[in-house]
Amino acid sequence: MAAPAASTPLALELKGISKAFGPVQANKDISISVRPGTIHGIIGENGAGKSTLMSILYGFYKADSGEIYIRGQKTNIPDSQAAIAAGIGMVFQHFKLVENFTVLENIILGAEDGALLRPSLAKARKTLKTLAEEYELNVDPDAMIEDLSVGHQQRVEILKALYRQADILILDEPTGVLTPAEADQLFRILDRLRKEGKTIILITHKLREIMEYTDTVSVMRRGQMTATVQTKDTSPEGLAELMVGRKVLLQVDKEPAKPGDEILKIEGLRVVDEAGVERVKGIDLTVRAGEIVGIAGVAGNGQSELLEVLGGFQDATGSVTVNGQELPLSGHGADGQARRAAGIAHVPEDRQKEGLIMEFSAWENSVFGYHHEPEYQNGILMDNKGILAKAADQMERFDVRPPHPHLAAKNFSGGNQQKIVVAREIERNPDVLLIGQPTRGVDIGAIEFIHQQIVNLRDQGKAILLVSVELEEVLSLADRVAVMFDGQIMGERNASETDEKELGLLMAGVTGETS
Amino acid sequence: MGKMPLWADAILVPLISLLLAAFFSAIVILGIGENPIEAFNLMVDGALKRSAGWGYTLYYTTNYIFTGLAVAVAFHARLFNIGGEGQAMIGGVGVALACLYIPWPHWSLAIVGASTAAALFGAAWAFIPAYLQAKRGSHIVITTIMFNYIAFSVLGYLLVEVLRPTGQMDPASASFPEATHLPNFHEMFAPEGSRMFRGAPANVTFFLSLLACVFVWVLIWKTRLGYDIRSFGFSETAAKYAGTSPVRITVIAMLISGALAGMMSVNTTLGESERLILNSTEGAGFVGIAVALMGRNHPIGILMAALLFGFLAQGGAELALWTDIPRELIVVIQALVILFTGALDNMVRMPLERLFLNFGRKENA
Repeated sequence: MAAPAASTPLALELKGISKAFGPVQANKDISISVRPGTIHGIIGENGAGKSTLMSILYGFYKADSGEIYIRGQKTNIPDSQAAIAAGIGMVFQHFKLVENFTVLENIILGAEDGALLRPSLAKARKTLKTLAEEYELNVDPDAMIEDLSVGHQQRVEILKALYRQADILILDEPTGVLTPAEADQLFRILDRLRKEGKTIILITHKLREIMEYTDTVSVMRRGQMTATVQTKDTSPEGLAELMVGRKVLLQVDKEPAKPGDEILKIEGLRVVDEAGVERVKGIDLTVRAGEIVGIAGVAGNGQSELLEVLGGFQDATGSVTVNGQELPLSGHGADGQARRAAGIAHVPEDRQKEGLIMEFSAWENSVFGYHHEPEYQNGILMDNKGILAKAADQMERFDVRPPHPHLAAKNFSGGNQQKIVVAREIERNPDVLLIGQPTRGVDIGAIEFIHQQIVNLRDQGKAILLVSVELEEVLSLADRVAVMFDGQIMGERNASETDEKELGLLMAGVTGETS
Repeated sequence: MGKMPLWADAILVPLISLLLAAFFSAIVILGIGENPIEAFNLMVDGALKRSAGWGYTLYYTTNYIFTGLAVAVAFHARLFNIGGEGQAMIGGVGVALACLYIPWPHWSLAIVGASTAAALFGAAWAFIPAYLQAKRGSHIVITTIMFNYIAFSVLGYLLVEVLRPTGQMDPASASFPEATHLPNFHEMFAPEGSRMFRGAPANVTFFLSLLACVFVWVLIWKTRLGYDIRSFGFSETAAKYAGTSPVRITVIAMLISGALAGMMSVNTTLGESERLILNSTEGAGFVGIAVALMGRNHPIGILMAALLFGFLAQGGAELALWTDIPRELIVVIQALVILFTGALDNMVRMPLERLFLNFGRKENA
């Protein structure tokens, strides 16, 4: 990057921002300068303070101290209205759209000009057209949000910000829900916006995105800004080290698989949801002992339902056998306890809603789902002392931090919550391990550890079914990859013989045979 | 980290809430032209100073412990059982049937039999709303409220048409046999010739309610079923993941809740009136909601809150007796207590938490 002309003011400058929640210092003396017309990445582990910083910038929190300058002007941002007025737009990870409104209605929501909608809508339609031409942001203004793909919904969010005349755009983990192709499109749009002079702040935990698309990158660790560097002067390894504070292994370290007998066999599996929609449309899949089979796919293509069926909390038809034993797929005997008895352990996709009771302490969670096992009983009471001791030992070995079994699950970071779940499921020594989104919201340091645990279990000859929306993760962890699209398996590949491009096409429903 | 110490959470917050409630009650009493300090003294005199006052206070307390526990058990499964009143009424029918038709040789057996019957009848009355909620999704708040009205009508019908002895005018059953008489506090604790607890209705059932507290504590925090109930209450999706049947937990939690509410009638029907009468529950089923709310669904908290509401009930009766303050005013005071300790809890908690945080930060610095 060329040095900026001295006359152009910085798009955004934060000086000495600090914010504490009680004794927890979420942001500590953070200073950051963002030049106009650049993409500035902010990377850091969960709980590093990225979200807090952006919330301060968007007026959700008030900083305890520090100053915000926008285009050289000192600015107070007491609420999000003020942030919008200052030209800041935010695209949240979870979209804030009204599903049964049209694109146009969503865009003017909260920015109506008067009591009557018609003039606002007309004006928005015109503005939308210019914006679409200017930035290649094409969306049908009259489409219902619920009929749009996730990628297009995200465009609506960006349009919403632009309609409010944002010239600083903050995107929080924008690619988490996109296919690789959609992500590429997003970055093309962002690039276009940058060329038009907009400033973009990209919050992400994906090193690849930082390396490929940003001009500068700031690294946060434990509430502090540890470094701000030119992207071209750094490397993924260097960034990871700055984030975690030590050297990190980015590749999964594993030997080739030595698959044995077929353990889990799925045939003709179909799932119809409560609304009568067929979510899984006849799947055949086999997982053998000592191999990791990864399911790739964009979220919402039937992977969750597949895991739920195997985990025992979703009815289905078809046939599932474990070690040759047929499992009931509906009615009596098709519940989580029966599945565990059949040798299936399950790390669910959503640890906060499914895998853990957030209000329970870590030790209570350490037997969740297995709490009916005789070994945890003491007569008619539960053997709370024994469970506590076991949990303390488990937390020690799985490096859960802090190692306090009495702490409620909600007080652990995402990565440590996941370690509690993984420890619980792996410790049962199951024949089959189902694992959904093993590292969603998990920090880099913990990812390495969790991946290693999964590989170890594989090497003990267990059958592992992995579902992840992170293509990179599936590719590096799985031995065999099956791609799901629209409730079907589009194809299976050996992980060593395929790449993101081929899988990306399958994920979008394009089969190799036709092209 | 980032929280208040336990003592502040458990004692300071309710105490300040109570003071606020007392303050606003005083204003109301002033508003109707009475002296609040005098009124307060009268309440304390009537409810706590004399042993007979205690005898009444503890009688009410016993009722509130049962209904408070009933609400708490259901609430741990995130079920709002508003039907304690009806369950207690039907529990009373169980007590009456057990005492009228089984010739008990001694009160100690009678109380076991009556408790069992009360629990079974109360649980049965709670079963229908529970089943409808679990299987049909009919909201338990609505159904339990409706079942209170049904219970009242059923009770009226039974008393008028079935249990009323011929020739008797009032809607009540026959008196229970002498052998079922439960020892009251006067008989239990007063020395020969003393007037201690004389004429007061508190009886041995109070100790049964304390046992119920222990039972609920063990059940909720020490057993598998309690673990199931609590985890289901916190997250139904997680409970499904674990393999807990929502239908089973909903029904079981409500059965236990109904049984506890039903057992209240051992105190009123067997312990006090010694026959089944029309309005022996006196709204205790509803007070139980406030008691559980204030007691944070924990047996110790419920015990304390039940004592407070027992005091309010008895003190209020005294007020109505000796002053021009109408009995309804006590409902206002109770409502203020509920408002401040339950609904407006955060109003006190939040500033206090901030205070402790600031204090803590200065100490750390």
